[in-house]
Amino acid sequence: MEKIFQKLSLASATLVFVLLVGIFITLFTSAKPAIDEFGLGFITNPDWNKEVPLNAVPQSATVSEDTTSSLSDEDDMIEDEDDMLMDDEDDVETKTIYGGLVPIVGTLLSTLIALAFALPIAMGIAVFLAEIAPKNISNIVGIAIELLAAIPSIIFGMWGLYYFAPIVSGIFGGYQVSLLTAGLVLGVMILPFMAAITRDSMNTTPSVLKESAYALGATKFEVIKDIIFPYSKVGIIGSIILALGRALGETMAVAFLIGSIFQLPKALNDPTISIPVAMANNFGEASGLGESSLFYLALILFVISFAIISIAKFFFLKKAK
Amino acid sequence: MRLLINKIFLALSILSALIGLAFLGWILTTLFLKGLSSFHFSLFVNDLIDGGLRNLLVGQLILAGLASIIGIPLGMTAGIYIQEYGRGKYASIIRDLSDIMMSAPSIVIGAFVYAVVVVPMGGTSGYAGAIALAIMMIPVVINTTDSMLSLVPRELREAGIALGASKYKVILDIVIRAAKVGIMTGILLAFARIVGETAPLLFTSETSNYFSLNLGESFPSLTVSIYDLANEPEESSRDLAWAASFILTVMVLIINLTGRFITRNKHK
Repeated sequence: MEKIFQKLSLASATLVFVLLVGIFITLFTSAKPAIDEFGLGFITNPDWNKEVPLNAVPQSATVSEDTTSSLSDEDDMIEDEDDMLMDDEDDVETKTIYGGLVPIVGTLLSTLIALAFALPIAMGIAVFLAEIAPKNISNIVGIAIELLAAIPSIIFGMWGLYYFAPIVSGIFGGYQVSLLTAGLVLGVMILPFMAAITRDSMNTTPSVLKESAYALGATKFEVIKDIIFPYSKVGIIGSIILALGRALGETMAVAFLIGSIFQLPKALNDPTISIPVAMANNFGEASGLGESSLFYLALILFVISFAIISIAKFFFLKKAK
Repeated sequence: MRLLINKIFLALSILSALIGLAFLGWILTTLFLKGLSSFHFSLFVNDLIDGGLRNLLVGQLILAGLASIIGIPLGMTAGIYIQEYGRGKYASIIRDLSDIMMSAPSIVIGAFVYAVVVVPMGGTSGYAGAIALAIMMIPVVINTTDSMLSLVPRELREAGIALGASKYKVILDIVIRAAKVGIMTGILLAFARIVGETAPLLFTSETSNYFSLNLGESFPSLTVSIYDLANEPEESSRDLAWAASFILTVMVLIINLTGRFITRNKHK
């Protein structure tokens, strides 16, 4: 009996390993046709589901070069000369090509916007909960913030689309469904998550350190800036990276708000698409190479988030313990 | 000057907390106003095909319940292994992998289940949906079990062993019992999380307009139907989506608060 129980628990533990490896292998084999067909050029190709003449070199190769180089700058107006018309009226044999650049860019940019928006507010909330508020207020506000995290993402999507987006686009102009509104709602979603972990790592600061600083006449701000922040820095960075990983994979809230069109955004308030949304909207109808390309996207997303979470775990959160 | 900076900083911090609370308040108010105005008790009697939500609510609870039946024992035994049996590297690798899996994008898990369950079975099914949710749930249960068991004092285990109990007896009768409340809270929170999930169900269970208890076919899901309804142009569909969202959120928040309430009472 003892042996059976031990073997059983070992088997369950091993299941985690099997599942992760299984996910990776499954995504890879399902993506294989697309990987074989498009190779790594998939990542820089901005055309999704586009008919091109058979045997023709994908013309977009040169275009994608300069778009990728300007990606690092969020506010850059991305010029894409994507105006090549679908000229399949002449009876040339065509094939459909798929490129992942647009959803990849959409995913990264919406995550960056979310981070930029959530970071200062989450830090403020964490400081408030850990250092400023009296214990009972801190408890209540803490629970409220955690309830915000418990609200299903689809609710954020509906609220975002019908109530938040009109206000945002009223202020910044542009479309109601856009990179900006999607990013901001994503920011609201990761806010409680980031605030909770940051508060927890701030709480690990030994009170002796804080008291010594206060005894020397430091203000609260100075104690937080010079004592608590340096002490819990590693954990805070870890929490930011974890929140980033969460934002990358968020589907439903973004699906309502990003606009779901395969087009590189020229401005922040343009609609575009992200990897999870591309999957959510197109998986049902896709088949063959299209489905395989979606799996390719899923694989890219999985690898990115795996890498990000591992970095957060091994380099930051471990040391914080 | 120092004092002024301090004041400004404190004000900013309090402002951030207010912003956070404002978002919660805004979302909840919206839900209550929109949800209650389209809420009617007939929603619990009719199925979606007749403009109600009965089949969706039942379906969602069955999916999440089945996922729990699969996920809780697997997650708990894995957590027990990590904390009680595992020595050295292997256990800590599993712990790290489980943490990574907890943050894996839910849509990717949906795609995985689509490839390994839906395609071989020839179509979407309730089983596929429940499996996808179970995969979401397992790492959360592992994490809770692991951390709750680590809080049980060593002496309790030693006392059990000293009385001649075998190790699994000690684990099941002493350690688990001591950590019961914490684990139950964790499981409730995990349930609250998966019951509101949409992305892993999109192409595994899909949804259905009709009442169904047959897990072998496309299965009614509240969340997937909310997504469909909210995207339809008719006002009436969207009102139904709001009512469904309202019910879903109330359900999730009640489960969540119940979980927190249990631990709180315990600590008093």
